Amino acid sequence: MQRRMLIQGLGFVALSLAALVVVIPILFVVGTIVVRGSGAISWEFLTAMPSHGMKEGGIFPAIVGTLILTVGTALAAIPVGVGGAIYLAEYARDSAFTRAIRLAIINLAGIPSVVYGLFGLGLFVLFLHFGTSIIAGSLTLAIMTLPIIISTAEEALRAVPTEFRTVSASLGGTRWQGIRHIVLPQALPGIITGVILGLLRAAGETAPILFTVSAFFLPRLPQSPFDQTMALPYHLYVISTQVPGMPLQTQYGVALVLLALVLSLNVVATIIRSYFRRRRQW
Amino acid sequence: MVDVPITLADSLAAQLPQTPAKVRVENVSYWYGDKLSLRDVTLDIPANAITTFFGPASGGKTTLLRLINRLNDLVEGTRMTGRIFLDGQDIYAPEVHVPTLRRRVGMVFALPLPLPGTVRENVLYGPRLAGMRDEARLDEILLRSLNQAALWDEVKDRLDGPASALSGGQQQRLCIARSLALEPEVLLLDEPTSGLDPISTGKVEESLFALKQHYTIIIVPHSIQQAARVSDYAAFFLMGELIEHRPGMKIFTAPGDRRAEDYITGRYG
Repeated sequence: MQRRMLIQGLGFVALSLAALVVVIPILFVVGTIVVRGSGAISWEFLTAMPSHGMKEGGIFPAIVGTLILTVGTALAAIPVGVGGAIYLAEYARDSAFTRAIRLAIINLAGIPSVVYGLFGLGLFVLFLHFGTSIIAGSLTLAIMTLPIIISTAEEALRAVPTEFRTVSASLGGTRWQGIRHIVLPQALPGIITGVILGLLRAAGETAPILFTVSAFFLPRLPQSPFDQTMALPYHLYVISTQVPGMPLQTQYGVALVLLALVLSLNVVATIIRSYFRRRRQW
Repeated sequence: MVDVPITLADSLAAQLPQTPAKVRVENVSYWYGDKLSLRDVTLDIPANAITTFFGPASGGKTTLLRLINRLNDLVEGTRMTGRIFLDGQDIYAPEVHVPTLRRRVGMVFALPLPLPGTVRENVLYGPRLAGMRDEARLDEILLRSLNQAALWDEVKDRLDGPASALSGGQQQRLCIARSLALEPEVLLLDEPTSGLDPISTGKVEESLFALKQHYTIIIVPHSIQQAARVSDYAAFFLMGELIEHRPGMKIFTAPGDRRAEDYITGRYG
């Protein structure tokens, strides 16, 4: 009996340690960034143009650039991603064609982001002559985001009970009416989760925007979708590897802003999701 | 079949009404994959009466019901031969607009499944999909359908409350009201009272009696007792075959077929 208690106690300790191992690095990373970077944060840092070889002034264009790229990614990825998910979950019958699509989606999710960057360079920047531009960068990020959106949205749609579709059909609804009025609203929290997860990843990526949109140093805001822009992840990469004598505090400051932006997007997503989940009634 | 005194064909000719059938099922066979579910079923369903499809489980009753408004179109890997007519029109003809057919032939399922949303939204779902926007007219439909389903008095104060908050019996009557909102000509009910208590069951059956003045009702009852209570005409199904189809009084007091008699008297179930 005592032996069993002992094993149980040991197991408990081991499992707690395993959980701690997950939590500690996160706390450590976030903690370091907050402690070392918060000194750099000021109104000027957030709203001014960079100056003196980026060692002084602010990071305003990089913040705006990342926001614009995220919105651009959302505009391109959400309709295509959700549309694709609706096709796969609601319309497509099981065939060699749909199996190929699914396989492609799984494989797309596993491709390293730098490959997306090179693909975007080849397709959007060079072949389609978009140049190094917001539109090329957004589309590249969108393609990287699609597999996440499609697979989570498809799962959310499939989780809505089939009977709802049958009931809608029995009341004279077309397949699309059933999807539009019953299935989509029910699946919305899950779809939003997928969208946000995808966009969060896009907002923090450096490699896909490296060749497609990012400006090394551009102390003005973009005027059109065909302009280049600065962006936070790339800016962080630049100032920590390419600019000698960069104050450490500024580097941590940029990291903190990027982290805060991504986390706040996450919080917004959680709020939207719980709002829609409360309205769901099954 | 051999020891039946009169032939089935004779009894059908003598005892079914001579008026044209509302729904005619003609030589229908149906397969789920390789599994035969209905074997060469032919029957006429008269208008403004309650016809029951009864018999032991997996006899094909529900399948036939779902074929009459083409709900089985949604099931993959099935095959059908034969034809089904509504007012003489082949409902499987290529030019048939299926949503319109389903507005004419309503369906109530075994398990009440309110759609997400309020009582009002549930009842008006069908008419709104059909394009009705006139709020006054929609209010009339709401009142009429809930009254016909014997539910108005119980929900009139919470029309805008969630439908999922109703009791099981109320939800089932809501589902009936939801079908009636479209003023279907035929109402199909698949064991509509299987999950209900006796009082709710009584209310549903009462509303069916009132409804048959205006509607053609086909019901898969959840017990022989219910079949005997509600049937104007009854069709006995066994293993995918239609064994006997006669006026309800006749089939339950003097079944013509030995297998029907054994089932009705409880020798198997």
